[in-house]
Amino acid sequence: MLNSLWLSHFTAASCLGHGLTPTLAALRAQKSGLAPCAFETVTDLATYIGEVAGIDEAPLPASLGEYECRNNRLAYLGLQQDGFNAAVESAIARHGRRRVGVLLGTSTSGILQTEQAYRRRDPATGALPDDFHYRTTHNTYSVADFVRTVFNLEGPAVVVSTACSSSAKVFASAARMIAAGVIDAAIVGGVDSLCLTTLYGFNSLELLSSEPCRPYDTDRNGLSIGEAAAFILLQRPAASLDADAVLLLGAGESSDAHHMSSPHPEGLGARMAMEAALRTAGLQPADIDYINLHGTATPSNDAAEGRAVAALFGDTVPCSSTKGATGHTLGAAGGLEAIIGALALQRGFLPGGANTRCVDPDIPIQYLTANQQRAPRRVLSNSFGFGGTNCSLILGRAQ
Amino acid sequence: MKLTAYLDGIGLIGPGLDNWLAARPILAGTVPYKSRPLTVAAPQSLPPAERRRTGLAIKVALAVAQEAVAAGQLDARQLAAVFASSGADNDNCDALCKTLASEDRSISPTRFHNSVHNAPAGYWGIASGAMTPATVLCAHDGSFGAGLLEAMTQVAVEGWGTLLVTYDMPYPEPLHAKRPLPSAFGIALALMPERSAQSLARIELSLVDAPPDALAEPELEALRHAIPCARGLPLLQAVARGHASTVVLDYLAPLSLAITIEPEHRG
Repeated sequence: MLNSLWLSHFTAASCLGHGLTPTLAALRAQKSGLAPCAFETVTDLATYIGEVAGIDEAPLPASLGEYECRNNRLAYLGLQQDGFNAAVESAIARHGRRRVGVLLGTSTSGILQTEQAYRRRDPATGALPDDFHYRTTHNTYSVADFVRTVFNLEGPAVVVSTACSSSAKVFASAARMIAAGVIDAAIVGGVDSLCLTTLYGFNSLELLSSEPCRPYDTDRNGLSIGEAAAFILLQRPAASLDADAVLLLGAGESSDAHHMSSPHPEGLGARMAMEAALRTAGLQPADIDYINLHGTATPSNDAAEGRAVAALFGDTVPCSSTKGATGHTLGAAGGLEAIIGALALQRGFLPGGANTRCVDPDIPIQYLTANQQRAPRRVLSNSFGFGGTNCSLILGRAQ
Repeated sequence: MKLTAYLDGIGLIGPGLDNWLAARPILAGTVPYKSRPLTVAAPQSLPPAERRRTGLAIKVALAVAQEAVAAGQLDARQLAAVFASSGADNDNCDALCKTLASEDRSISPTRFHNSVHNAPAGYWGIASGAMTPATVLCAHDGSFGAGLLEAMTQVAVEGWGTLLVTYDMPYPEPLHAKRPLPSAFGIALALMPERSAQSLARIELSLVDAPPDALAEPELEALRHAIPCARGLPLLQAVARGHASTVVLDYLAPLSLAITIEPEHRG
């Protein structure tokens, strides 16, 4: 059993906007933030992307200059929203610099910096330019190092990089560290930013949709890539909590052991992750009021996840994928979608999936295409990734 | 805060360190260390289609994982896994960056799915059949320490048997000049919540301020210093020597990991 933890503060920046207010407004309006791809030098891919506005105009402070790259800029922008900075400072004052951990998910870190540096190789020697800093931009750990440095923290820090389940799995790791007494609080979440590797990579797998992605639609034809920073301050529950305080109740992890880039066709690993999350929360399927699906909108992913959800929950639990609104934010998706689940719990609504016009009748789940004014008490969020990695989280209201 | 586990199996591969059994007397100081290039076989446990797609990082990770599981006489399908690496498949990373900087940006699907940091964990799942939780970590030069801390936390909190698999490989140029890693290397530890007949030692982890231990043998110390996952070597040396001791391993400044090793004396 997992000892419940409190999501005392959280914030997100995605193509829906900077911070919770525009994020909530877009979800309420079922607005999608996806737009035709005109990212960087990428002009040859007919696809839609979820780009965060303003990153190019938001350089890091000079004191953090060696961390300068799109991914850390996005992280920094995210930290400035919704009073998150101040909440972290107050946790540090309460617990100490060594007792606040940093556990963040990313899949590609600052790889865009390296992709651009390869274009600037010395024509004679092939050397990368002097202004390219590997440790603080390219290395997978750089975003956790960056956040640890921003707050002058001296405690445990790590990046979890399990592709698209990364920033869900950080909740499980942080919960273990707090339970073991290694730390008292953790900055968890994820940051993943647009880059050429993922755009051309998913294109090579023929998984990019030529239109804004349509999760669980009969005619779904691929995903739309997005980017996001999602941050949550996780700590033991305060002695008295507001009724709308959000708690992490359960986390379940599993592996498909099947294929590098295709899910288990029956969604067996996905089902095991959801079952493990229910078990650690001490809950039954009937206790879940809404499921935020992984729902990438590729034909095989949605079919496999749908089978697993139907096997466990039937068609009685309202479900949706919010990737039609945000795009697939890859290593940030688990964190971003946990925050969307937390907003649903606090504001009392179920987000309908954007862009989906005709729900696939072969997937027997209750897929929402419109918002519902129903106050969920417990939500489950799924995140699955390449390499057959699965993670499900369960969040609930304090009352 | 102290975390405890039983060390039931070790996997090791590095230049001049073919496997744990061969390396044990070298680390104990009874056989001299001789450097030579690392060789590693393609993992026979993978189906041929997957085996063809494995680069050096995946081969090293699977070799040490398999060795640790076999040494502990364990069932891999029952073990959770923690993978930790500073970089993963660095040849693949270079090839992708070169293609993306060229006129034709078409990259191969295999190159793309092998680019994820968790590629070795994915191949391990396919090879072992383990559907258990597997996490994949990076903490730059502190990656061994971060992996050990996560694995020990899993054993202590979840009561899981957890296989820690740490591995690194060099970058080709031009990244090598920016991140010089001299050789591939891998260390795996099978960490269990209960003592068994295979237990080599009981180990206990705590966070401390002390500087990390160095190795007396200069060439081994150079490896420890230069390769993130080789920073676990002082722990292996203590196990190889076979007496109770405490070693300090690199983590993230200002923190190090103090590991107290109590050998299990069998039969």
